[in-house]
Amino acid sequence: MAKKRMVQAINEGIAEEMARDPSIVLFGEDVEVSPIGDTRNLFERFGPARVRNTPISETVMTGMAVGAAAAGYRVICHLFYGNFIYTGFDAIANQAAKLRYMLGGQIRLPITFMAVIGGGRSVAAQHSDSMHPTLMNLGGVKVVMPGSPGDAKGLIKSSIRDDSPVFFLQAAGRGGESGEVPDGEYVIPLGKAIILRPGSNVTVVAIGSMVKPAQRACDELAKAGVSAELIDPRCVMPFDFDTVVDSVKRTGRLVIVDEARRTCSAASEIAATVTERTFGTLRAPARRVTVEDVAMPYSPILEKAVIPDHLRIMEAVRGLMQ
Amino acid sequence: MENMRLHSSTDRQPNDAAPASEAAAPAATTELLLAMYRLMLLIRTTEERLAKVQASGALPGPVHLSVGQEAVAAGVCVHLTDRDWITSNHRGHGHFLAKSGDLPRMIAEVFGRATGVCGGKGGSMHVADVSKGILGANGIVGGGIGLGTGAAWAEQLRGDGNVAVVFFGDGAANQGVMFEALNIAALWKLPLILVCENNGFSEFSPSATVTAGEIWRRAEPFGVPGLAVDGNDVVAVWRAAGTAIARARAGAGSTLIEARTYRLRGHVEAEMTFLSKAYREDAEIEARRAHEPLMQARRKLEQAGITAATFAGIEAEVLAQVDDAFKFAEESPWPAVESAYTHMFS
Repeated sequence: MAKKRMVQAINEGIAEEMARDPSIVLFGEDVEVSPIGDTRNLFERFGPARVRNTPISETVMTGMAVGAAAAGYRVICHLFYGNFIYTGFDAIANQAAKLRYMLGGQIRLPITFMAVIGGGRSVAAQHSDSMHPTLMNLGGVKVVMPGSPGDAKGLIKSSIRDDSPVFFLQAAGRGGESGEVPDGEYVIPLGKAIILRPGSNVTVVAIGSMVKPAQRACDELAKAGVSAELIDPRCVMPFDFDTVVDSVKRTGRLVIVDEARRTCSAASEIAATVTERTFGTLRAPARRVTVEDVAMPYSPILEKAVIPDHLRIMEAVRGLMQ
Repeated sequence: MENMRLHSSTDRQPNDAAPASEAAAPAATTELLLAMYRLMLLIRTTEERLAKVQASGALPGPVHLSVGQEAVAAGVCVHLTDRDWITSNHRGHGHFLAKSGDLPRMIAEVFGRATGVCGGKGGSMHVADVSKGILGANGIVGGGIGLGTGAAWAEQLRGDGNVAVVFFGDGAANQGVMFEALNIAALWKLPLILVCENNGFSEFSPSATVTAGEIWRRAEPFGVPGLAVDGNDVVAVWRAAGTAIARARAGAGSTLIEARTYRLRGHVEAEMTFLSKAYREDAEIEARRAHEPLMQARRKLEQAGITAATFAGIEAEVLAQVDDAFKFAEESPWPAVESAYTHMFS
C-alpha cells in the first residue's frame, strides 16, 4: 500500500494486466506520449506491437476494437476525452453493444474503452460531458466510474479482465488526486458498490467525480448532527441496487449526486428503481443533485455554478430532513 | 420540377479502370471454374428461393438479395480458409455461403428459428459463423469496415499469414470510415482486402447520383493499390483477389478492389410495394441480365468442354441442397422466449 495519484494507479493496473496477459493490446490517440498520464511508459515497456498510437479516427478505432476483440485479442481502446465517444459512437452502439447478442453468443468482446469525462477545467462543452447515462442505456456495455485512486486500480484491472465491453470513465482533472493504492494483485468486482461512511439519517449515492464533494458534504452534515451514509457505486452498469436499497431501508431517505444532465441521468434511473423497491419505507421523495439540462460553460464562474458542489448536496439533504 | 432522367447505374465500364496485369495472371483451371460456378449457382438458387418465400409472406423480416453479384463472393472466397476473416453487409447471404457457411442454418436464421446460425437473434442481416471466419453480415452500411480492419490488425499481431476481407457496397464507399480504414491500413500495412461490390445502386439511388469519381481511385492517395475489375467475370475477380490476398499474406499490406457488378433485384424484396416511384427502368435491368455472371461462367465452361449433362447434374444437386435447407428451416422450432434475454454480456 502506498499513496499514489489516480493516473499512476490506473497506469499500474494496465501495466500489471499487460504483463500477465500477452493477448492484451492497447491503442488510441497519443497513447505513447499519454497527455492524461494513464498510459505513460507502456509503449517503452510493451513495444509497438502491443501499444499503438492511432490517427484521430474514432469511427474506425471503435470498429477495430470490436473486430480485434472478436478475432481473439483483449483490447484497450483509449478515446481520450469522453466526448469523442460520440465521434466513434456507431461501432459502440451498433457493434460493441450488440454484436455478441445478434450473433447468438458466438463471440466474446473483451474491450475496455477508456476516456476522461466531466467538467471543471474550462475546456467547454465539447470536452466536458458526462455521458455515462447514454452508455448505460445501450444495454450491452458496462460502465465503470472510479471515485478514488485505489478503486481506480482495482477497477481497471477487472475491466480489462472482463469479457464484455466496458467503459472505464475517469473523472477529468481528478487524475492528480492522491490516495492509498494497494500493491500488486488487487481486483474489485464490477457492479459492487462500496459504503464509504456509514450513517443513519440519509443515504447519499455519489457517482465518479461527485464522490469528493459528497464526502465533504457528509463531513459538514455530521458536524450539524446529520448522519449521512455515503455510497460510491463505482460501476453504474451493472448497478449494485441491493446495497443502495438496503441502505435506504435503514435511512428512509435518498439523495443521488451525478454530474450528468438531469434528464435521464444515472440519478434518475437510480431514483426510480430504488423508489420502486423502498416506497413503503421512504420518508420523502428521492432527490437528484445533477447538472441542469445545459451544456457545460467555459468561464470558471459559470462552470462552478453548473457543477454540483458540497453546498448543493447539503442543501438537498437538509431539504429531505425537514 | 424538371423530370429527372433515370441514370444508368454505372457510367464507366470496367475497361476504363486500372487493369489487373494480364501477363502475369494465372489461368483458372476448368476444375476451379466449375467449383466457382457451382458456388454461384448455390447462391443464386438459394436467393431466388428466398425471394419466392418472401413473396409468400413466410419470412418474418426483410431480405436483401445479391442476385447478379455472385461472382464477387465466389471469386474472392475461394482464396480464403476458415482462419481468414470476412465481414459483410446487409446483402450477405452470398458471402456467407462462399465462405463455407452452413446453408440450412443460414436459412433457419432467416426464418428466425432456434436452429439458426445465430439462434434466431440476428436474421438475414446478421448471418455469421465465427468458426468459419465469418464475422457477420451487418445492418449498418460501412459497419463491417471497422470490424474487418480490427480483425486484420489481430491477424497481423498473430502473424500466421491470415487476412481479413471486407465486402461492402458502393454506398458504404461514401461512409467516412472507409477513408479512416484506408489510412490506418496503409500506415500499419494491415492484411486487409477491401472489396467494394459496386452494384450500381446505393439503396434506391443510382450510384452516379451519389458517388463522385471512381471508387477504386480512392485508394491511391493513401498509397494503397486500387483496381477495378469486371465483377460479373468470376475469373477476373478470382485473379484480382488472388493477387491482393497473396500480397496481404506476405505482409505487403492492403488493397482496394472495386468489383463492378449489377444488382438484378431490388435493394430489398418487395420494395415496389412502398416506393413512391421507380428508380430504374425495366429495360436497363433486362440489358444487364445479358451480362450476369453465371451465364458468362457457363459459356466459358462450355467452351472448355463441360457437357449439358454435367450442368444438369450440378443443378439437380444444388436444387436438392436448397430444398433440404428450406425444409430444415421450415420444420425447425421457434427459439425459446427466454433466449431473448441471454448473450448481452459474456
